[in-house]
Amino acid sequence: MRPSPKIRAVPTDAPPPVSATAEVTPRVEASAPVRPARPGRLVRLANRFAPTLTFIFVLAIWEVGCRLFQVPTFLLPPPSVIVRGAFEQSASIWAGHVWATVRVALMGYVVAIAISIPMAIALASSRALSRTLYPLIVVVHSMPIVAVAPIIVVTLGASDLPRVVITFLIAFFPIVVTTTTGLLATPEEMIELSRSLRAGRAREMLHIRLPFALPYIFSALKIATTLSVVGAVVAEFVAAERGLGYFIQFSTSFFKINQGFAALVILVTISLAFFQLISLVQRVFAPWSLPKSER
Amino acid sequence: MSIAAPAIRLAEVGQVFGKDDGSAVTALARLSFDVGQHEFMAVLGPSGCGKSTLLRLIAGLVFPTSGQVEVYGLRVSEPRDDVGIVFQRPTLLPWFDVLGNVTFPLRHKYGRVDAKDRERAKTLLDLVGLAEFADKQIDELSGGMQQRVAIARALLLDPDILLMDEPFSALDALTRDEMSFELLRIWSERPKTVLFITHSIPEAVLLADRIVVMTPRPGAVREILDVPLARPRSLATLSDPAFTALANHIRSRLFTRHAA
Repeated sequence: MRPSPKIRAVPTDAPPPVSATAEVTPRVEASAPVRPARPGRLVRLANRFAPTLTFIFVLAIWEVGCRLFQVPTFLLPPPSVIVRGAFEQSASIWAGHVWATVRVALMGYVVAIAISIPMAIALASSRALSRTLYPLIVVVHSMPIVAVAPIIVVTLGASDLPRVVITFLIAFFPIVVTTTTGLLATPEEMIELSRSLRAGRAREMLHIRLPFALPYIFSALKIATTLSVVGAVVAEFVAAERGLGYFIQFSTSFFKINQGFAALVILVTISLAFFQLISLVQRVFAPWSLPKSER
Repeated sequence: MSIAAPAIRLAEVGQVFGKDDGSAVTALARLSFDVGQHEFMAVLGPSGCGKSTLLRLIAGLVFPTSGQVEVYGLRVSEPRDDVGIVFQRPTLLPWFDVLGNVTFPLRHKYGRVDAKDRERAKTLLDLVGLAEFADKQIDELSGGMQQRVAIARALLLDPDILLMDEPFSALDALTRDEMSFELLRIWSERPKTVLFITHSIPEAVLLADRIVVMTPRPGAVREILDVPLARPRSLATLSDPAFTALANHIRSRLFTRHAA
């Protein structure tokens, strides 16, 4: 089926759909999901351990498959060899690489928040600003970060600075876009409530729009956790002498694939922990911004 | 009747909205009526007749294209402290608990809330029958309770005038009747000038001293009716022949126009 010309005539000034922000689901008002009747005990047990069991199952297939077909370990090591690989390096060496990556990811993340949220406030406050700034933001985001990274490293020199900038560039976009959306989604009646009290634009932003946007902001902050780890690793691929990204490149160039995999497992753990940390912050400091079922 | 200026005066008010495509929509045309001090005035009309615009004009949130809107003899040029608003939806802020929502006008306006303010808010929660719910979260309340909180919030700055924009239209029928009687009780305890927007004929007749019946867009006054029902009104009022007669009269007037 050919797309109809109508579908093709999408306005070009609209931002392109972004997979990262597509996951953002604003909180649906008041309608908690309808829970089915309480299932039986066996079913509940199965539900509870289903993720773990799936995980163990995949690992088992992997291990058995590798041994059965005698896959060379420098191509695809089985889990047991990866675990062994983790112990081929000392804990202090791992700690050094982990800290290097976490430090850059955190700095980039914090810089992304510090720049993106004021930027979103500016975009939501002024139509002229959003007309001028928004296309620029979209262009910056459209640059493939892996392609830009070497240029940034050359321009900014060999230090943490280019790595933080690269991390920032990949993490800031969902925060800006989603926060702006949240600020502008504030119901008109809430704004009228503010205006009827003549509290001023600053208080309207601080007391009404920003709190209203919190569910959006937290969604963006969660997405940005993963992205900032990606940013740190990409930066290390280009220029670093430390960090898990650097370590993966280094170990694979010596065909120590199992050590590379071990580093990957650590990266995944860092990403998950980072994500959970932000979820925890939301649950502790703004439980109302979560759907009732997740509180 | 006092010789002072009426609480609210609308004189030849017209409101035209420009649309994005360059065309214009006339929401209100030459609308005139007065609301006396402590009078309960219902504004009744079909949806889209500019009732809500009317309320926002008096609230100082929008300004008329032509004509004059006055509160206590002064032209409305910005929102006033002595006018409280209850919106169609409760419009509560889920990041505050119930008490925080009632005190919000003070927090928002002056940046702080002290113990005395909280006491006053508790008195108001008591007035709307929610004394026990001060520290509840908003989503723990039913729709009717949320609208009670909104009424308490609107009363916090002790306004002389209360503007209500179809406040019970989102509630189920039973809660709606209950809220009507609650509002009458609150109004008798705290006399205010009330402008009550509604599209429910029985609601308007039950609550109001007078009813402004509006025409479809562009909204103008079709007629202003006195409600000849004694106060205090109760469930018995609903079966009063005068109640039924007036409701039928309004209904027939609204429908003959459509038939013509």
